[in-house]
Amino acid sequence: MPTSLIQPEFRVKIDYDKCHKCGRCVQQCGWGVYDFNERPIPDDSKCRACHRCVTFCPAHCITIEKNTLAYRDNDNWSADARKAVWRQAETGGVLLTSMGNPKPYQRVFDHLVLDACQVTNPSIDPLREPMELRTYLGRKPDSVEVEPDGKGGFKLAEGAGLANNIKLDTPIIFSPMSYGSVSLNVHKSLAMAAERLGTLMNTGEGGLHEDLYPYQDHVIVQVASGRFGVNPDYLNRGAAMEIKIGQGAKPGIGGHLPGEKINKEVSGTRMIPQGTDAISPAPHHDIYSIEDLRQLIYSLKEASGYKPVGVKIAAVHNVAAIASGIVRAGADYVYLDGFKGGTGAAPQVIRDHIGIPIEVAIAAVDQRLRDEGIRNQASIIAAGSIRSSADLAKAIALGADVCAIGSAALMALGCHLCQSCHTGSCSWGITTQKPELTRRIDPEWGAERLVNLVHAWSHELQEILGALGVNAVESLRGSRERLRSIGLDEQMNRVLGVKPAGL
Amino acid sequence: MTRTMAPGVVEGYLKVAPTVTRDGDAVTIDANGVYYKQLNEAVRQAIDAGAATVRIENVNGQRYIGTGVKASGVRIEVHGTAGNDMAMFMDGPEIEVFGNAQDGVGNTMNAGRVVVHGDAGDVLGYGMRGGRVYVKGDVGYRVGIHMKAYENLVPIMVCGGKARDFFGEYMAGGMLVLLGMNTQFAEQPLVGGFTGAGMHGGVIYLRGSVEPWQCGKEVGIFQATEEDMAELTPILADYAEAMGMDIEQILAEPFTKLAPFSHRPYGKLYAPM
Amino acid sequence: MPYDLERYDTFDVRRYREESPFKIHGGCGLMGMCDESGALRSGEDAILAMAVQHDRGNGLGGGFAGYGIYPEFPDHFAFHMMYHDVAAKEEAEALFDQYFTVDLAEPMPTRPVKGITDAPLLWRYFLKPYENKLEQAELSAEDYVVHVVMTINSSVDGAFVASSGKNMGAFKGVGYPEEIGHFFRLEEYAGHTWVGHNRFPTNTPGWWGGAHPFTLLDWSIVHNGEISSYGINNRYLEQFGYKCALGTDTEVAAYLFDLMLRRHKLPLSLACKALASPLWDDIDRMPEDEAAVMRSLRAVYGPGMLNGPFAIVLGFNGGMVALNDRIKLRPLVAARSGDTVMVASEESAIRAVIPEPEHVWAPKAGEPVIARVKDMEWPIHGDLHLDASAISCAVTGTDQSCDTVEVNA
Ligand code: SF4
Ligand code: SF4
Ligand code: SF4
Repeated sequence: MPTSLIQPEFRVKIDYDKCHKCGRCVQQCGWGVYDFNERPIPDDSKCRACHRCVTFCPAHCITIEKNTLAYRDNDNWSADARKAVWRQAETGGVLLTSMGNPKPYQRVFDHLVLDACQVTNPSIDPLREPMELRTYLGRKPDSVEVEPDGKGGFKLAEGAGLANNIKLDTPIIFSPMSYGSVSLNVHKSLAMAAERLGTLMNTGEGGLHEDLYPYQDHVIVQVASGRFGVNPDYLNRGAAMEIKIGQGAKPGIGGHLPGEKINKEVSGTRMIPQGTDAISPAPHHDIYSIEDLRQLIYSLKEASGYKPVGVKIAAVHNVAAIASGIVRAGADYVYLDGFKGGTGAAPQVIRDHIGIPIEVAIAAVDQRLRDEGIRNQASIIAAGSIRSSADLAKAIALGADVCAIGSAALMALGCHLCQSCHTGSCSWGITTQKPELTRRIDPEWGAERLVNLVHAWSHELQEILGALGVNAVESLRGSRERLRSIGLDEQMNRVLGVKPAGL
Repeated sequence: MTRTMAPGVVEGYLKVAPTVTRDGDAVTIDANGVYYKQLNEAVRQAIDAGAATVRIENVNGQRYIGTGVKASGVRIEVHGTAGNDMAMFMDGPEIEVFGNAQDGVGNTMNAGRVVVHGDAGDVLGYGMRGGRVYVKGDVGYRVGIHMKAYENLVPIMVCGGKARDFFGEYMAGGMLVLLGMNTQFAEQPLVGGFTGAGMHGGVIYLRGSVEPWQCGKEVGIFQATEEDMAELTPILADYAEAMGMDIEQILAEPFTKLAPFSHRPYGKLYAPM
Repeated sequence: MPYDLERYDTFDVRRYREESPFKIHGGCGLMGMCDESGALRSGEDAILAMAVQHDRGNGLGGGFAGYGIYPEFPDHFAFHMMYHDVAAKEEAEALFDQYFTVDLAEPMPTRPVKGITDAPLLWRYFLKPYENKLEQAELSAEDYVVHVVMTINSSVDGAFVASSGKNMGAFKGVGYPEEIGHFFRLEEYAGHTWVGHNRFPTNTPGWWGGAHPFTLLDWSIVHNGEISSYGINNRYLEQFGYKCALGTDTEVAAYLFDLMLRRHKLPLSLACKALASPLWDDIDRMPEDEAAVMRSLRAVYGPGMLNGPFAIVLGFNGGMVALNDRIKLRPLVAARSGDTVMVASEESAIRAVIPEPEHVWAPKAGEPVIARVKDMEWPIHGDLHLDASAISCAVTGTDQSCDTVEVNA
């Protein structure tokens, strides 16, 4: 019998007439696709279509093609479904994958369109007129209490006003990605970019490496069920703390960073011995219910001198009620992660079949918090496949305060969405700890690209606000009146609180 | 309490032809309570009949005076408060306002001169492409925005008081001068924020100084050089004469010059796909 | 699937209530004047100021509110009523009899004016709450009155309360404001404070009650412009229970004032700063104490900020406040002459009334112009405790039924 019934997904084709025989492809491929014997010889079965070799081949003589191998037509049993069965029959294992859900579910964002001003109110020129994106992340009082300042004006009453909010210059932050799942250079790139952009990066659950200390005012430190790297010093360094309950790509599932990825540096940051597996339990074993969450939120606040505490959850069916509970438990923000959000490693069945779209989650949570009169008490961060400034604007119009970007940020650093992060061999040097790969990312270069991306999206958001005739992002936030849907059914319109185009 | 209303209250303006009196080539029109249509028709008729001076008395807010009028050697006097869009598209005449002017004066004006012996409102000289606008006092928001020059059409505007935000926004050509002298806002800055935002041509002169935060990021702030002053002085002299001011006093303070860094400020903002 | 409005309305309104399907777009002209000495000016002046701004409207709505106009009934609640028919009148009057001593009931004095057609039946009443009922109900007089206003607007078919404050009244309808003023014989009234409005709606239900000003007890509000942040302003107010049923920006502004001034007890000047917030860069340059207040106001009331072009005048018994948007996208000119403060969309409106004011200026964007009649309290309706949906009913006269409060009548 052959070792596997599964045929390669891709074909690596080299035009040997053009090839310089320089061997660069051999050296660039993180997955060891190439052998070199006078010329590069690829093993198609190992290729992940990450395009690293293609990008670096000086002769532009490599193409990666889909293996067009024909399968007997069967709409029910797709080629992927068949391959999955063969793989599991071979291994008996849970299929592991990474990045976000690639299945062709309806993309709600692509069925929403934004408004613009014509005649009755003016659009605004975003380049020359003020166009404010500044956003305060955190709990706000319902009203502002003032008292006379004795000089004819007013000052804040004792204890009133905006305590413990974080100022963001743009409503875009970087989503949590742990050191361990991504490299230290990626973490540095994100932290440097966050500082330059006046926004935040997020440690994920792997602790805060000391190289990031200079940027700590722009870092959210995460506390997940594995509590890696969590100690009072860690909590005190962050600008905010985040309790991670779940992740859009794998709701209800813990994490597992294999021992091979726990090198000396990762081990030091996570505060666990080198080479042991880093296991995050599925739940926090000190949170079995909402009052336990409250207890943890307040213990974090106590431990940190009352810095903001957020709670990250996966968008699941009952997300509105859960979010409401989280806000009532004292969270300063709720981080909603939609089911298309990325991951460094997740069982495929979970990634592809659990959770709900972020658009729906934002709408449901925002409305619920308003209905309960507690919308001011917490900010909403939305994530889970924010692919462009258009998605950003639509998420904000649905009710998000801030969007977090993960996959898009990694793409800025070179990621080609090959969905192979879990292998630890990322050719782009992103989701790997192999020194020969991680050094492919120079933090300075990475930071510059991230800054460019966020600047570009911010400019585009300003263009959108200008067309909408408002000059501050808070006037778009939750303004669903500025959205219309095309091709969504009545039920979905109702859930989103959006009218169909034409009405 | 029963009383009758004074005539004309309900109508505001009466849609009747104004009283016109002629004295040689000078024509006087009484605009008191006359609707703008009839008033402007009378002005145009007077000009067509060869009037050199048209004196309009008792103006109060009638719109479009001198709008679209193409003539040379014609002088229009406005006594009262000039209404919106005065001198819009105007091509040639001189208008002198003895009073304040409302919003939108000199919009897309082509040639001629407007002298306002008072304050002027918002969006003064929008897209002005030639001629001169002189205002004695304060001006509002968005003054001189998108003024532009082409060959020998070079618009010039001098404002004697202070200005609000967006002064010279998108300016593409011509000259915009602000003196800060005849103002009722002594406590406030010479000019508001976003001055010269998006400016990519022309020049702004300010009598006094300005903080970087008041200016768009597209403009450089310079001390006016001798060469600059040589360009500016004759214009100020003309302005001083029109306003009955002392040129020496105007020149007693140093001028600041704002000029764009680039004719294409947004060249790098867009990334072709 | 094809949508028609009716079907649409059968949806769960809680989800769809974001906005009425008739969001009303429009530009307009306005005026406000106040004699700070309390001296009275004829309504003729108010008409004149609007008449010269004729071209700012299109004849689909005009109105005025005057203060100090009923010196012979200073302590009565003056109800200006609009009735569709006699049955509505009878039903409303039965309610009045139940709740109030009616000291005078009479038709509004009007005169026929060309261009004013389809006027509803217009009556006015000078009312005092029954003392014993007030005590029984344990309500303040303000609560009591607003409750009645709300009851009439929501449950008496074809009746609408145009105004219900003391010593004040609103005069409004479908037509140009000068026609409306003429129709209502405003020259026969004298007030220390007047506000006026000229509407240019691009979409209008053509309803007399829908013209400006909107009123709530002593407050009246007129507005020029188009608020691009309507969607979120509306959702923000809903959080507090207000129902924006008419889809007008004016209604939104009225509730925001009610929320900030009455319920959150913000000083008037700060409420204005919340509605037309300074830019962040300007805030950053303020002294720290002031910056802290502004930062908090913006962060907390951001969803209530009126973003987009507007100019607004809030009239009250004892003064007025005029405000325009933070980057001055709608015109507003102010003048002071002796004790008189006047604001208008155009300077000509001011000069039509005061030919040579001592001081004429263009207010800075977002900088309120406040006029206060000497020795008069500023009515913040502190004795009003009704919930927001009742306030909504009272202001807009929606036919949506409101959650009624219990009053033993
Ligand atoms: S895995 Fe990437 S680098 Fe390796 S052969 Fe395939 S495309 Fe090239
Ligand atoms: S990188 Fe390109 S040119 Fe170099 S050996 Fe590989 S295929 Fe040939
Ligand atoms: S991070 Fe690397 S391994 Fe993961 S999807 Fe991107 S390119 Fe592939």
